Amino acid sequence: MSAHRHRPEPVELDAADRRIVNRLQDGLPLVERPYVAVAAELALSEGELLYRLERLLEDGVLSRFGPMYHAERLGGGLTLAALEVPEADFERVTAAVNAFPEVAHNYRRDHRLNMWFVLATETPERIGETIAAIEAATGLAVFNMPKQEEFHVRLHLPV
Amino acid sequence: MSVSTCPSEPLAEAAGANGLDAIDRAIVLATQAGLPLVPDPWSAVGGPLGLTGEEVRARLQRMQQSGVIRRIAAVPNHYRLGYVANGMTVWDVDDAHIERLGREVAGIPGVSHCYRRPRHLPEWPYNLFVMLHGKSQAEVERQAEALREKLGEACRDHRILYSSRILKKTGLRLARRPGPPR
Repeated sequence: MSAHRHRPEPVELDAADRRIVNRLQDGLPLVERPYVAVAAELALSEGELLYRLERLLEDGVLSRFGPMYHAERLGGGLTLAALEVPEADFERVTAAVNAFPEVAHNYRRDHRLNMWFVLATETPERIGETIAAIEAATGLAVFNMPKQEEFHVRLHLPV
Repeated sequence: MSVSTCPSEPLAEAAGANGLDAIDRAIVLATQAGLPLVPDPWSAVGGPLGLTGEEVRARLQRMQQSGVIRRIAAVPNHYRLGYVANGMTVWDVDDAHIERLGREVAGIPGVSHCYRRPRHLPEWPYNLFVMLHGKSQAEVERQAEALREKLGEACRDHRILYSSRILKKTGLRLARRPGPPR
């Protein structure tokens, strides 16, 4: 399937790497020597944990390691939006939408609404302006779907 | 978005509406690419900002308590871990029951994000969005089936929208807004 060309291949992890990936999805304790604390839980040395963590990031097994910020509580605007893009126009609209720096992620999905993107803006007010600008640039109506309630945000992928 | 609340305010202004002051915001900017992989990451973050490791750690603790930071954690790449099926499931749930049901389905294995969002009738009747992650589409479909059972009669219809192409993925970055000339 051609879509897989855009996706990284799965990797095999050894037991220690799996323990690290599982443990660190739960969060690093905010203690004086946090890596010592986690290494002790995982029966590793601090040096080995740091070395493996660096390698997991380099290999793209982890896309990021650090504080996960809550965008709205930082004062920004965030929304999910969708477009119904005519197939013949898909590449043009993709380029037009992706050109906006406020577009953080953009996915093609199998539905009449076939383009789904996340907008992140400096302020909540900028969301509306950005949507109007995207409508002007694409000539399409944007379906704005801001979250009204958050029941759960917790990506935990056990390996 | 910027972590500055007003472009013209001086660097050492009082805390903004979100309770963050200029030093907190400097820590946010310094850590958005990641936490340093050194034995004392707090001092490594603080050094260039003229802060001690203890001060950085205390401020991160405060931001975590107030919910500005969800946690300090590893974000795995789904595909590298073999989670190749990632479905955005959308559900048309009776408004009278969505509060309770939204919380209940949040605990089902495979669920990462679960939000209530507005319908756009007639094109879009779905008001509950649940992201599911599995090692195959069959696994995601089993997870969706567990959700459907949990939602019961309150759910009128649902769809699974798989992503067929990543068009852009830069992640959420806090822009460094140009400050006053220094």
